[in-house]
Amino acid sequence: MFAYYLRLGLRSLRRNPLLTLLMVVAIGFGVAASMTAYAVLRATSNNPIPQKSSQLFAPQIDNAGPPFTAENDGEPSDLMSYIDTMALMQAHRAQRQTALYSIGVSIMPADAAQLPFQVPSYAGYADTFAMFDIPFLYGSGWSAAEDQSRAAVAVIGRQLNDELFHGANSVGRNIVLDGHSYRIVGVMNDWNPQPVFYDVHSTKGFTDATQLFIPFTHAIDLKIPAAGVDLCNVTADAGWDAWLHSECTWINYWVELPDRSSVTAYRNYLQGYAAEQQRAGRFKWAPNIRLRNVTQWLDYEQVVPPESKISLLISLGFFVICLVNTVGLLLAKFMRRAPEIGVRRALGASRRSIYAQFLVEAGAIGLSGGVLGVLMTGAGVLGIGLVFDPSIARLATLDLSLAGLTLGVAVFATVLAAFYPAWRAARVQPSWQLKSS
Amino acid sequence: MLQIKPILAALKRHKAGTILIVLQIALTLAIVCNALFIIQQRLASMSRPTGMVESNLLTIQNHWAGVDTAAIPSLAKADLLALRQLPGVVDATQSEAFPLGGGGESEGIRLDPLAKPRITLATEYFVDDHALATMGVRLIAGRNFRADEVHALDPTANTSLPEVIVTKALADVAYPDGSALGRPIYIGNDHPSPSTIIGIVDQLQGTWHTLSFLDRTVLLPAQMADSDGSYLIRSKPGQLAEVAKAAPAALLKLDRMRVFPPVKGIRTFDVVREQAYKTDRGMAILLGAICLILLIVTGAGIVGLTSFWVGQRRKQIGVRRALGATRNDILAYFLTENFMISLGGVVIGTVLAISLSEWLVLRFAMPPLSFVYLLLSAAALLLLGQGATLAPALKASRVPPVEATRSV
Repeated sequence: MFAYYLRLGLRSLRRNPLLTLLMVVAIGFGVAASMTAYAVLRATSNNPIPQKSSQLFAPQIDNAGPPFTAENDGEPSDLMSYIDTMALMQAHRAQRQTALYSIGVSIMPADAAQLPFQVPSYAGYADTFAMFDIPFLYGSGWSAAEDQSRAAVAVIGRQLNDELFHGANSVGRNIVLDGHSYRIVGVMNDWNPQPVFYDVHSTKGFTDATQLFIPFTHAIDLKIPAAGVDLCNVTADAGWDAWLHSECTWINYWVELPDRSSVTAYRNYLQGYAAEQQRAGRFKWAPNIRLRNVTQWLDYEQVVPPESKISLLISLGFFVICLVNTVGLLLAKFMRRAPEIGVRRALGASRRSIYAQFLVEAGAIGLSGGVLGVLMTGAGVLGIGLVFDPSIARLATLDLSLAGLTLGVAVFATVLAAFYPAWRAARVQPSWQLKSS
Repeated sequence: MLQIKPILAALKRHKAGTILIVLQIALTLAIVCNALFIIQQRLASMSRPTGMVESNLLTIQNHWAGVDTAAIPSLAKADLLALRQLPGVVDATQSEAFPLGGGGESEGIRLDPLAKPRITLATEYFVDDHALATMGVRLIAGRNFRADEVHALDPTANTSLPEVIVTKALADVAYPDGSALGRPIYIGNDHPSPSTIIGIVDQLQGTWHTLSFLDRTVLLPAQMADSDGSYLIRSKPGQLAEVAKAAPAALLKLDRMRVFPPVKGIRTFDVVREQAYKTDRGMAILLGAICLILLIVTGAGIVGLTSFWVGQRRKQIGVRRALGATRNDILAYFLTENFMISLGGVVIGTVLAISLSEWLVLRFAMPPLSFVYLLLSAAALLLLGQGATLAPALKASRVPPVEATRSV
């Protein structure tokens, strides 16, 4: 029966090619616009580290006080001062912890004819690699002992390793950064979590893959300044030591807390630490701390660009209008065939089969709209670079699941839109139609 | 003249079709007027001037690689001398950052250094005495910096500088009575000593167009001992392309220990502006395209349903014609019918549009919808409805009276 209904449907669609085309194009446009916008939203609201996003936390401590936090709904700085970083690091209350900051070091190629260049680089602690599940191609991260001894070691990314060492195992070889030599201890395999949850403030969430890590302690010894954002609500005095002892915030602090009890314990510890700072006279305000996991953090930092949500909203509205339009056109199309329905009913077709016939016809329209939609989503995804930053645009892709979703949504929505027109068609009174003709 | 009663009676018999068109017009209105309003917002944002003469301006972001920061002010001075001597160059200056370039620094502004809340935040540009000429910023009161007032500065130290130039927007907010010139201003959060406003410029935007304090800017005479900085270079008219090639080459010839970042390293200001407003322009194009397609779809939908109605009512039209209705009467009937349906759609759509706008205001902190856009979109949809009805209505008016005597 299905094949017969499909044949009937296709014949009917051919009878009003313009009307059919209008419905197919409207559904195609509507679904393509929605799916393109969805592709961007999916990419920007991606969970960068799903297996651990509920175990990694970014603590925040208010070291500026009410006059400044008032401008930000009472929220403490997103970044941490060196003073608090050192205190938390020494207390070592989490299972793992790291402090990261973006550094603007330049790589000096061994070949003097080449110019120095920069890659996204961070200073961090040894725990970083285990905390973020960073995969290694060669070697491994450095050890906590090397943090302690403030060693000149480095972990480089695969891309950088390809560029400098043509992909060979470079563990044990040296890399020169700003005139200082570092021993390579590990080469990361492809690792590029997007959004870059560990440094949202400076990257706005989306940037190239990190290609270099050096020990935080060594970077501090070399007085390498933060290349990212720093916030100074209390101005620092001159010099590196004054900078370290200032209340400027510029460090991304992360802790790994595997279960609920450790989260509670760590929150209590932060509260206690801030209270202690208040008693000591450093904070002249009540403890004001936060502890957010990766998903809460990305949400708080609003890494999803508002444009992505607005365009999805508008596109969905557009799709709904296309569907309303389809309901109207299907209604007109089906009712125009009332005489034909009358004949079929009189010859013994049940309401159910009329119903099925028209739903199949609608399904065919939906499928054609869906195919057109997939093609246009493909074009739309290529055009995302027109609206969004390249770092975001390249994340939004038309993969098999999106193509499937596009087809599915188109067919489902069109069949849904056909329910009312098909119901009306099935209610046609055979006697009426036969009488008047 | 108006056949409202029979129209209403007819519409009652086509409830579903009527409701669908009303709904479609209402939703279209809600989306189109909000989209147009967003487009206008984006275009308005894009058309704001930076305060600089943007043509014939080259920007170079320069990162010193492995150079002792203390040596940087003198290296930068040598760079500037070389740049100014290049053929085709009018002038060159150095700054930490520049309008639409991102990054940079901002500080709190106070008149009373002990006051806890600041008057405003302001963008700081650390520049030399060539900045105004190179940027093409218009000085409207006071004077420019002298060369001897430009100091080498450690960026981690927040030494306050005795002389500053501010924008008119900042001067007006600090000294609303207009007496800013020559008066003190405190820049930074706990600065001991004030700076004197020696000049006021007409306009100069901060480093990024989304700043809430965009036009509140202060110029400070300092060469920063910072490994990251930017050069602004003004070329003679028509020689920008040559200068864009010659300038980086001249800098590398002077010292190779530097990095020009890949995308943002060397850009003419036209490119800077284009990249800064890329999302805004893209959104405007995207929303414009959606509006256009939406109007086409809605128009086509009206054509389709009206044609269907005309086809259904051929016999009734024939009867009316036979009873003396003129072609114009039939035409007017369908146009009036559409007008009433569209009006219903516009009324509901207005409610929807305002609700959507309220939600956007709440959720995305957008400004509330201006009623001009609502009125314009409503008028456009009513016109669209009439236009879309015209062809089927003309067809209806050509139904011959003899149709009354035919069965189907």
